[in-house]
Amino acid sequence: MADINYDLIVLGSGPGGYVAAIRAAQLGQKTAIVERENLGGICLNWGCIPTKALLRSAEIYHYMQHAGDYGLVAAQISADIDAVVKRSRGVAKQLSQGVAFLMKKHKITVHMGEGKLTAPGKLEVKGEKGTETLTAKNIIVATGARARDLPFAPADGKRIWTYRHALVPPEMPKKLLVIGSGAIGIEFASFYSDMGVDVTVVEMLDRLVPVEDADVSAFLEKALKKQGMTIFTGAGVEELKATATGVTAKIKTKEGKTESAEFSHAIVAIGIVPNTENIGLEALGVKTTKGHIDTDAMCRTNVPGIWAIGDVTAPPWLAHKAMHESVISVEAIAGNHPHAMDPRNIPGCTYCRPQIASVGLTEAKAKELGYEVKAGTFPFIGNGKAIALGESEGFTKTVFDAKTGELLGAHMIGAEVTELIQGYTIGKTAELVEDDFIGTVFPHPTLSETMHEGVLAAFGRPLHI
Amino acid sequence: MPIELKMPALSPTMEEGTLAKWLVKEGDTVKSGDLLAEIETDKATMEFEAIDEGIVSQILVPEGTDNVKVGTVIAVIAGEGEDAGSAKAAPAPAPAPAATPAAEPKAEAPVAAPAPTPAAAPAAAPAASGDRIKASPLAKRLAAEQGIDLKSLTGTGPGGRIVKADLEGAPAGTTASAATAAPAPAAAAPAATPAPGTAGSIPDFGIPHEDEKLSGMRKTIARRLTESMQQSPHIYLTVDIRLDALLKLRGELNASLESRGVKLSVNDMLIKALAVALERVPACNVSFGGDVMRQYKRADISVAVSIPGGLITPIIVDAGGKSMSKISTEMSELAAKAKEGKLQPNEYQGGTASISNMGMMGIKQFTAVINPPQGMIMAIGAGEKRPYIVDDALAIATVMSATGSFDHRAIDGADGALLMKTFKELVESPLGLVA
Repeated sequence: MADINYDLIVLGSGPGGYVAAIRAAQLGQKTAIVERENLGGICLNWGCIPTKALLRSAEIYHYMQHAGDYGLVAAQISADIDAVVKRSRGVAKQLSQGVAFLMKKHKITVHMGEGKLTAPGKLEVKGEKGTETLTAKNIIVATGARARDLPFAPADGKRIWTYRHALVPPEMPKKLLVIGSGAIGIEFASFYSDMGVDVTVVEMLDRLVPVEDADVSAFLEKALKKQGMTIFTGAGVEELKATATGVTAKIKTKEGKTESAEFSHAIVAIGIVPNTENIGLEALGVKTTKGHIDTDAMCRTNVPGIWAIGDVTAPPWLAHKAMHESVISVEAIAGNHPHAMDPRNIPGCTYCRPQIASVGLTEAKAKELGYEVKAGTFPFIGNGKAIALGESEGFTKTVFDAKTGELLGAHMIGAEVTELIQGYTIGKTAELVEDDFIGTVFPHPTLSETMHEGVLAAFGRPLHI
Repeated sequence: MPIELKMPALSPTMEEGTLAKWLVKEGDTVKSGDLLAEIETDKATMEFEAIDEGIVSQILVPEGTDNVKVGTVIAVIAGEGEDAGSAKAAPAPAPAPAATPAAEPKAEAPVAAPAPTPAAAPAAAPAASGDRIKASPLAKRLAAEQGIDLKSLTGTGPGGRIVKADLEGAPAGTTASAATAAPAPAAAAPAATPAPGTAGSIPDFGIPHEDEKLSGMRKTIARRLTESMQQSPHIYLTVDIRLDALLKLRGELNASLESRGVKLSVNDMLIKALAVALERVPACNVSFGGDVMRQYKRADISVAVSIPGGLITPIIVDAGGKSMSKISTEMSELAAKAKEGKLQPNEYQGGTASISNMGMMGIKQFTAVINPPQGMIMAIGAGEKRPYIVDDALAIATVMSATGSFDHRAIDGADGALLMKTFKELVESPLGLVA
C-alpha cells in the first residue's frame, strides 16, 4: 500500500497537472498525481500533439502534390490514412511515456483511478486495485474539459465525431461537415481538406475563427475557399441525423434559407464542457461559473486548500495557459510570490494552413475598450524569405496604443507564424514599447522580418511595401 | 567657446527639478555671482548663480518646466568677445526634460549633434548600477509622462520588476508638460484602464472643480507619507503630561532672557526634551535599514513647520547638546527661511527623529506619520486645563497629550514606552532640561 499522506495532490495529469506536480517536487513538496486514463491528459494523447502529427503528414502531402512548384517531380503520390494515424498515435504514446518518466524522475507518486474530493485535504481514488484515501494540505484540481455535444445529435463515433474520433478515423471521410470554426474545428477541416476530402465548415458567428482579428478571419476564409472548402458563416446546423451511409444536415444560412445537405461524416467542434462532475466539488461548496471553477489570480478556489488550473477554470482553454497556472499555483502554495498571469499576454495558435497566431487585443476590441489605436499590416508578399519558401500568403498585423506605445495585440496568418508569435509575446510581457521593437535587429532573410515591418507599418513607415 | 549651463544638482540626492523662473533673458550680460534662475526641487526653491561671464545667448528650457534632469543644458552663454549669434548655433542637445523617458540612458538626443565636447552630452543621469531600478520600458515611459518617481514604487513583475500595473495608484506627478510629445494621459484614457495617478483616476461626478498641478513638494509629501505608511509598521503610544512645572520654568527663563531678545516657546522646550529623552533611550534614536540598524550618536530633531502649499521639517542639529535659548534662536531663523522657501537642503535633509505640534490649533491628541528613514515622531497636542488627580484628590492641572509613532520594525514597544516615560518625566520635572 502506497503512502497516502502528501503535501500536495494534483487531480489530473494533463499539461496543467503534470507540470504542477513537477514544479511542486522541485520545491520540495511531497507530491502525488491522480489520473483516470492516460498520463499527459488530452493535450498529449488526444489534443495538441497528435493533431500536430496528423497536420504534419497533411502538410508534407500537400508539398508533395505541389512538388512541381519547386522544380521537383513526385509521381504516384497517395495517402495511407491508417499509416498517418498510426504515426500520430506513436507520437502521443512516446510523449505519454515521457510524462511517466518525468513523474518517476521527480519522485511523484502516480495513482491511477477516478479521484474524488471527500473533504478539504482528502481525496478518494477508485482504481483497479480498490479505493485509497489520500490526504494533503493542498489539492490542485486539473481535470480539464471534454468536447461539447450538439444537444440534438450526440457524437456516436461512427458518423458524428468529436475531435477524439476525428483523430483515429475508422475510415477516410468522403465529404466532411465541420461544425464550429474555432481552433479545433478549423484544424481538422484543414487536415482533412489537405488529405483530399471535400470539406464544409459551418460557423454560427459571422466569421471564421471568431476570437481572432477580423482581418485574419477574412484572410482565412478567402484562403480556405481557394483550397476548395465550402464555408458558411452566420449559419447554424438545425438538424443532424446519422444514417447508414452518412449524415444529413439541415443548415440555416446567413440569408435565412434552410439547406439540406448530405455528408459522409460530421465533426462537432462547438466548444468544451469542463470536467467538474463527480469529483466532489459540489459537496465542498467550490464555486463555479457556467460549470468552470472560479479562481483568483493565484488559482485559489473559494475553499481553502483547494486550487484549480487549466480548462476546468476560466478561459482561454489552452495547454500553455494551464502550464503557466500550474507553476503560479504551486509557487503560491510553496509560499513564494509569483507574478500573476495577464490573460492578454497568452498567445493563441491555430495550426491550419495557413497557420494563425496571435496575442493580445484585436483591433476592434482595443477600440471598443476606448484605446486610441495605431494599427498596421505587412503582407508576406513583401518578405523575401516567404517568397523563397513559396509561402507568400499571409500577413503580420500589430495594434498599438497610440498614447503610450504599448503593444496591445499582434495577429499573424501565414507559414510558420505559430513559431513566430513568441517574439511578440516576450515583448508584450516585458512591456516593450514601439521604440524597442523598431530598434530591434531582425535577421535577414527570415519570416520574422514581417514582425518588424508589422510594427513599422503601424507607425506608417514600413520599408518593403 | 560658448558655455553650456546645465541643470545643477542642488543637493546630493537631487535628480531633477523644476525650472521655476528665469532671472535673466536672452541677450543679458552676466557675470560671476549673478542670479540666473530659480530652481524648485522637491523641497525648496533655490537660486542658481552664474559662475562664468558672458552674454546669455540662448535659453533652452523655458521657465515653468518640470522634471528637468540634473545635467540637462538649460541655457548657453557666449564667452567674452564671442558673437552671441554664433553661440546660439552651438549644437544644443534637445531640451527634452520630460519628453525623454526618465532614466533611460538612450543615446538618441545627444548623438544627434556632433557634440563639441564630450561633456556636452546631457547626462541622462542613469542610476548607478548599485541602485538599478528594474522597470519595464512601458512603465518607465508612463512614469516619466506622469511625473511618478519609479523609486517610490514596489514592483510586482518578475523579479520585482516595476510593470504598468504597479503605476496604478502611484502618487501622481504632473500631467505631461508642454515639452512632452505624448498627449496628456488624462481625460480620454481608455475606460478599462484609466491612466493611473492622473486627474483621470479621480471619477468626475460633474461637481464644479479645478485641477491644480501638484508642486514638487506636494509630490514628495505624497510619496514619502505613502511609503512610510506602507513600509513601516507604526505603533502609537500616548501619555498625558502635566505642563505646570514647564510653564512656570518657561515664565522664569523668559523673564531672564528678555534682555537678550530671546523668548522660549513651549515647543522649543519640547524639542530639547525629546532630544534628551532620545539620548537617554538610544534604542529609539535609530533608523531601520533592511539589513542593518543604524544607531545615531546624536539627536537631530526635525521640526514640522507648516508653510504655504505644504510642510517642511527644518532640523535642530544636536538638539540635546544645545541650550534651549540656542534652540529657540535657531528655530526662529529656520522657520522664517522655511516660510520663504529658502531653506538649504542641509537644513531640512536628515534628522534622527521628528516632532510635530498641533497644540496651537487646539488639537487634543493626534498620531503622526513617521518621516522615513527616521524611527519615530512625537505628536504634541494642546496643553489645556483638565481635571487631574493630584495626591488622590481632584485638582486642576495644565495637561497635554503626546503620542509617539514608532517604526515597529526597529523599535520594540517597551523601548518606545520607556522613551515616552522619559519624555514625560523631563517635561514634568523640567530642570533637567536646563542642566
